[in-house]
Amino acid sequence: MGTEPRTIAEVARALDERTTTAEAITERCLERIAERDSSINAFITVLAAQAREQARDADRERAAGQSRGPLHGVPVSLKDIIDVGGTPTTAASRVRNDHVAARDATVVQRLRDAGAVIVGKTNLHEFAFGTTNEDSAFGPVRHPLDPSRSPGGSSGGSAASVLADMAYASIGTDTGGSIRIPAAACGLVGLKPALHEVPLDGIVPLSETMDHVGPICRTVADAAIVYRALCGEREPRIAPREASGIRLGVLRGYFTALLDAQVAHAFDQACARLSDAGVVLEDVTLAHAGDIAAVYLHIVLAEAAAYHAMTLDNRPDDYTTNVRIRLEMGRYILAQDYVRAMRGRELLRGEVDAAISGRDGLLLPALAVPATKLGASTVRVGGSEEPVRNITLRLTQLFNITGHPAISVPCGKTIEGLPIGAQLVGPARQTSALLAVATAVEAQLGPGVSR
Amino acid sequence: MTVKAWLDTAIQDAERRGLPALKPLLEALARSTAALRTADWNADATGEPDAAHVQHGH
Repeated sequence: MGTEPRTIAEVARALDERTTTAEAITERCLERIAERDSSINAFITVLAAQAREQARDADRERAAGQSRGPLHGVPVSLKDIIDVGGTPTTAASRVRNDHVAARDATVVQRLRDAGAVIVGKTNLHEFAFGTTNEDSAFGPVRHPLDPSRSPGGSSGGSAASVLADMAYASIGTDTGGSIRIPAAACGLVGLKPALHEVPLDGIVPLSETMDHVGPICRTVADAAIVYRALCGEREPRIAPREASGIRLGVLRGYFTALLDAQVAHAFDQACARLSDAGVVLEDVTLAHAGDIAAVYLHIVLAEAAAYHAMTLDNRPDDYTTNVRIRLEMGRYILAQDYVRAMRGRELLRGEVDAAISGRDGLLLPALAVPATKLGASTVRVGGSEEPVRNITLRLTQLFNITGHPAISVPCGKTIEGLPIGAQLVGPARQTSALLAVATAVEAQLGPGVSR
Repeated sequence: MTVKAWLDTAIQDAERRGLPALKPLLEALARSTAALRTADWNADATGEPDAAHVQHGH
């Protein structure tokens, strides 16, 4: 991008100072989509004409002194699981072949109210049920830094669109880590707000009690801007914090027992930098961490199978093979085991609350491995072969179970240049407080690969 | 229904429905279900706090 603005905050400043226009900024994003997306495959639908019109409207309103805030005139993309009125919501599936959304999802309406320019709808793992984007009716998304790798998922097209400078932010969904995983794999910031904080109407569900919607951006400040818009408020209201004096629990045991060596090293270095800056770090463990995967699996499979039951019967061949089989697995879960998982969920929620109590939050790696190779079903970690799906969900799914707000921020790179992410978890229902802490942490850990 | 009985029934049903690819996934799910049932938060009608649910066949 050269001297072009790289963040939403920089775009907003440039638009305020009239050194550029929303139309010019939008046109550059559309040009990059045209130049690079045939190889990355981040987008399912590009809304070029509408985006140009929205950008011109933004320029007219700004010229008339009618600024809607920092998102006014800023190009954003949307995971193609979110309804935009008059546009297909494919969910990356042939099951949705004839779908056209009747109206905007509430989050889309709120982005429009904030003046955002919607450049298009991004590719994903079919129905958001996977972490690599390989199972998509539109083909896999390729990592902008290494086309042989996945950008992570399921919001992989969203992360790729931001990393490849095709949009300044993207709205993703996160049921087990689908915002934080691709953000970590791409060196970006991914925010999963607190459960039920941002409305989910007009968004195709995966697991109705664990689904979240939130932004993928380049900086925590940008994530805060988009978060406030998604909540229906335009201006970020984050009380600035210094790193010194912040108190974090570092999740150990299960959470650091199975990490790629370079991820472990980068996380240790991040802890050392934070400690040097005056952040108080205290190791903590969760008594039932070993039960996280079983609890998650029995909730997500049962809820996903309920939503898909009719189309699994009527249109089974319209699903990709892997997603169909996983959905079918959920149809065999007994009600008594779903209830057991929901009991475990309450226990885990209490344990996370207790671990945060007296602290500002928790710190752990976001993703146990760097971006995985496309086509790989397993990845070698610590001397064993681990299923890609299990290892990628391992550190994020807990906070979908408990609903605590969580954010992935860049914390280093492998020797191959692949991004590594750290994850911060905030107190229950306190996303703004989490963003304040994340801003201070980000300042110590340095920029991600995309800045 | 015990986990073993559940798994046997599920595999038979999957094969009847022409979905043999489900078998390894169901076997993995059975291991996860067994872990879930033996977790120490489960309640038991006897009132015993540490009832072994798999052994009792719940």
